[in-house]
Amino acid sequence: MELIFEKSVKGRKGIKLPTPDVPKAEIYEKYLRKETAGLPEVSELDVVRHFTNLSKMNFSVDTNFYPLGSCTMKYNPKFMETIANLPGFRDLHPLMAQGDHAVGLTQGALEVLYNVEELLAEITGMKEVTTEPLAGAHGELTGIMLIAAYHKQKKNKKKYVIVPDSSHGTNPASAAIAGYQLISIPTGKDGCMDMDEYKSKLTDEVAAVMLTCPNTLGIFNTRIKEIADMAHKVDALMYYDGANLNAIMGKVRPGDIGFDVIHLNLHKTFATPHGGGGPGAGPVGVNEKLVDYLPVPKVVKNKDGSFSLKENKPKSIGRIAPFYGNFGVILKAYAYILLLGKRGLIEASEAAVLNANYCMARLKKAFHLPYDRTCMHEFVLSASKQLEHGIHAIDIAKYLIDNGIHPPTVYFPLIVKEAIMVEPTETESKETLDRFIEVMLKAAELTLKDPEVLKNAPTTMPVSRLDEVKAAKEVNCSHI
Amino acid sequence: MSYYTPHTKEDIKSMLEAIGVNSIDDLFRDIKPAYKPKSFNLPQGKSEMEVMDYFQKLAATNCASITKFIGGGFYDHYIPSVVDALSSRSEFYTAYTPYQPECSQGTLQAIYEYQSAICALTGMEIANASLYDGGTALYEAAMMATKITGRNKIVVDGGINPIYRKILYTYTKNLHIDFVEIPVSHGQSTRKEMFKYFDDKTAGVILQNPNFFGTIDDHTDIIEKAHSAGAIAIESVYPISLGLLKSPREMNADIATGEGQSMGMPLSFGGPYLGFMATKKEFARRMPGRIAGATVDKHGRRGFVLTLQTREQHIRREKATSNICSNEALCAMRAIIYLSSLGKEGLRELAQINHDKAEYAKKLLDKIKGVEVKKNSPTFNEFTVLLPKNADDVIAAMISKNFLAGLPLGRYYKGMEKYLLAAVTERRTKKEIEDFTSALESAI
Repeated sequence: MELIFEKSVKGRKGIKLPTPDVPKAEIYEKYLRKETAGLPEVSELDVVRHFTNLSKMNFSVDTNFYPLGSCTMKYNPKFMETIANLPGFRDLHPLMAQGDHAVGLTQGALEVLYNVEELLAEITGMKEVTTEPLAGAHGELTGIMLIAAYHKQKKNKKKYVIVPDSSHGTNPASAAIAGYQLISIPTGKDGCMDMDEYKSKLTDEVAAVMLTCPNTLGIFNTRIKEIADMAHKVDALMYYDGANLNAIMGKVRPGDIGFDVIHLNLHKTFATPHGGGGPGAGPVGVNEKLVDYLPVPKVVKNKDGSFSLKENKPKSIGRIAPFYGNFGVILKAYAYILLLGKRGLIEASEAAVLNANYCMARLKKAFHLPYDRTCMHEFVLSASKQLEHGIHAIDIAKYLIDNGIHPPTVYFPLIVKEAIMVEPTETESKETLDRFIEVMLKAAELTLKDPEVLKNAPTTMPVSRLDEVKAAKEVNCSHI
Repeated sequence: MSYYTPHTKEDIKSMLEAIGVNSIDDLFRDIKPAYKPKSFNLPQGKSEMEVMDYFQKLAATNCASITKFIGGGFYDHYIPSVVDALSSRSEFYTAYTPYQPECSQGTLQAIYEYQSAICALTGMEIANASLYDGGTALYEAAMMATKITGRNKIVVDGGINPIYRKILYTYTKNLHIDFVEIPVSHGQSTRKEMFKYFDDKTAGVILQNPNFFGTIDDHTDIIEKAHSAGAIAIESVYPISLGLLKSPREMNADIATGEGQSMGMPLSFGGPYLGFMATKKEFARRMPGRIAGATVDKHGRRGFVLTLQTREQHIRREKATSNICSNEALCAMRAIIYLSSLGKEGLRELAQINHDKAEYAKKLLDKIKGVEVKKNSPTFNEFTVLLPKNADDVIAAMISKNFLAGLPLGRYYKGMEKYLLAAVTERRTKKEIEDFTSALESAI
């Protein structure tokens, strides 16, 4: 499809601006640009047709099953969108809440932030939560900075962060940005972090251990408390990557099993939409060890029940975002929690785990299952059996696309060869899962009977497989 | 089951059978009884109707419709209806990051178009698909400068948004970076003082246009001096102003960053917003964030993919250029829809209207006895006003007249307690500006 720039016709105008009701004022030429910026010249109908037609080229949760492991692509409830668009929230300037004179202007918004923080703290078993981080990885970095502040205060000499080799890439990336060196611990045959390796690498120079639970293989480590106790003995703090929280709501809380700091992904567990890659929100929760270091400003509840912002926290790490976080996203997550309530959140986790185990049980004969044990909300298959016939995980993924199903995550975690990570989520029906299973079994069959079908897939999309090498070589990233 | 989980009793029964367990509890047996939550005190769920009611009441307690003359880097611009209509198509907003390009051409092409629009505005050669906000974008640019030059001193113009400076210092606390802040003179960059710090230890200089005081400038001379010292020049800009003002590329800047909120994002009490970044092609592989690139499929059809992914966390892990994963894709989508709707002439016209309205306001306010509009330097749509009393008190009085008069500069700069920073956008009518002026007159 043509670019919006390619649909440009010189002189064509888009929306109508208000007629100036004040005199024109000139700016000195030396401050002006020589040529008007080359934006498209199209009509409003051109814009509408263009983007409407573009949207039809996408798979989305609202149109397709999206069993992307580690992403929790659950249904995004529509009522949340309505709430985020209420003018009373939408048109609030963030600076309205600051300054003593502003106290009365944004009480509703501050109540949202305060209440969300309390609810998330209760869900995760932490003492205090900040909604400031703007995404999961942002939360990870914030968490590591809190850990660094803790160690600095205690004058601890810490150099390393331990991660399992199955960890999500943002974990080591966040630790490295905060100035730490990484120690990667291999995964054992049981699908959990190798305890002997862990013990040997856990010196008193380790600042933190970053884990997710269940891990990226969908397996719950039964020795998690032991891991935490060992870490605490050398004053290494336990960091919980909340990406997989959807498996355990109401079943176990990270704060209860030894984690000192956590982040959540509101766009995963709490059903806010993924937006094609954001916006997300990554609130961070801490126990009493780290409360003093949380970023400012902090929403506080006054004796009279009103809310205000506290800026003065001497030990705070400072500011990691311009204001209070992605408020529009936080609002949606709050609505979701209120709607589902205690029972609803527990049932979400139960159904997520049920759906994943059902898919795993029915697929484990046709595909190699590297860790054959009860999974939680996601599981990892390997296409290694299919590789013997020249078919890779990517070929199976592309075949799924031709069948109207977004592929599961492929090639992650790195420790499984030809990994296919499946996370159905709780909002999918048995019929949808059965269809997915059918297509996967058909793919396994075609591997033996007619592999070319898989190798040529997809053939039903606007484009077939794209030349990524060419893209990286030519770096054509702008029409201008 | 409950909301959004469609399972019937029969479904559950047959699924448990297929798995080979008796109950759902069996699936959670890896969680020892000792691990059970110490508490899980959450309210019981409610109906959609009740939840909506609660939020409507809560929203009504906020004074969102107060007439805004406040900016500080975040502006009350009109958002055309097409932006909401198109970005709320669920194929866009319920889609995931486009890692499987064949079924994500909608998102990928829109990102490519957004990147192109950012290049058009800034004059740069390559832009990324978005960062969280203008402050974190500025931090990422500063990091790029240190990595490109191998040096660790950064000169920071005093006109950089104080909120951004706080973010910058928070992020870099544990890294050994030497920041030198140069206060402005009469609203503009203080060249003489700044040049003293351009030497072979300088990684970069960070400038902002218009700056936090609303002042506009031509930084070409500063950037030239920075380049002579081998330093990288970073320019943080306000997109609407680029409808008229000299672009970062025209000033020879190396990296352009900024806050994209003004391009179709509602104020929304602080987010989600949109950080943009664009640079020269030679620095493409140093830039953090996702980038969409054009290519072809085996039939020669044009398509788009995420490219240069070896910079990113899912591939390079601890060696990645940044840890960013989720960015602000839907906001970038809103921005390209907004910019396409405004169009080439539209953005220029919009910038002119903003400037005209602000100049009109300045003229009227300056006539008030005791009020002095700072005129030493030209401004775009935001300006500084010296009041005869403490700005906080005047702002408080103006709130009772339903005006949000602006920002008290004393909050960020010692000694500026009587200074007010006011902004005027295309949304402020002539009458509102006149009423604002009379209200201010009685407030002092």
